[in-house]
Amino acid sequence: MVTNITNLGRSGLSDWLVQRASAIVLALYTLFIVGYLLFSPGLDYATWSGLFAQTWMRIFSLLAFVSLSAHAWVGLWTVTTDYLKPTGIRIAAQSIIILAIFVFLVWGIQVLWGA
Amino acid sequence: MSTLQVSLYRYNPETDSAPYMEEFQIDTQGRDIMVLDVLHMVKEQDSGLAFRRSCREGVCGSDGMNMNGKNGLACITPLSEVVKKGKLTLRPLPGLPVIRDLVVDMGLFYKQYERIQPYLQNETPAPAIERLQSPEERDKLDGLYECILCACCSTSCPSFWWNPDKFVGPAGLLQAYRFLADSRDEATRERLSELEDPFSVFRCRGIMNCVAVCPKGLNPTRAIGKIREMLLANAT
Repeated sequence: MVTNITNLGRSGLSDWLVQRASAIVLALYTLFIVGYLLFSPGLDYATWSGLFAQTWMRIFSLLAFVSLSAHAWVGLWTVTTDYLKPTGIRIAAQSIIILAIFVFLVWGIQVLWGA
Repeated sequence: MSTLQVSLYRYNPETDSAPYMEEFQIDTQGRDIMVLDVLHMVKEQDSGLAFRRSCREGVCGSDGMNMNGKNGLACITPLSEVVKKGKLTLRPLPGLPVIRDLVVDMGLFYKQYERIQPYLQNETPAPAIERLQSPEERDKLDGLYECILCACCSTSCPSFWWNPDKFVGPAGLLQAYRFLADSRDEATRERLSELEDPFSVFRCRGIMNCVAVCPKGLNPTRAIGKIREMLLANAT
């Protein structure tokens, strides 16, 4: 048993499950957005804005943002533990990453509900 | 002609400040011999060459090495399988400390093997003759027990290169599943709880280098998937 305190869910099993579940959400969201763009020729601002004004779209988008945040943290945590061996540098890099993820998530919420 | 150019990784810590590659010309007389035979021919030219070998028939797992970029057992790898353009490059197994020439320190590899407790654990008093298994229960061990611990798989795995002290590695995990799958073993829960952290099993990213190099044709990636399924089934 290897002790860890900086990963998302404290256990490799939960991180692994989060990674896979969030990947499914992101795949569905990507398919939806790409499909929407493909089947909406002559898309204008009003239609685009109208799509995001609906509650279900905001919930779907927020779900995708939260999934992206979790997915990014699990993935980048793995990358940093692979390649950054000095603890100080690794913790610093992880702090910057988690701060960036937090900022982007809050910013995303503001974009979704701010319009 | 049938001259083979052999490029060998050389390092003697007592005399060399750094490892280097040394070239040898070997006359194979056109025969499709094994890489191990070539090493013996090189040793006739330079008796100082160090490499491990024992059974010379793919059973003991001593002569695992990197041949033209791919790990394998030198004794059961014919030249026709690895040689490209009359050239053969031999290096020690990647990722482990080199002791001398092609001999690596397998300490970390064995440590990870020891960690998964590779022995049957059963507290029930033994029956008079033996613990019986049904043919179906025994079948589950096929593809698991055959591992000879040559380390070809673990030393071809980037996850093991970066974290050999934390990630059990494909060889150890294949054996971990061998005991998890054994109907006679009673320590399943304890074994699983030792593996659920983010490194021991989950550092595997499923690139299947282990499957590609295993000289015995085993599939550690499949065993790792089974361990994940068992962890998931045991969790709440």
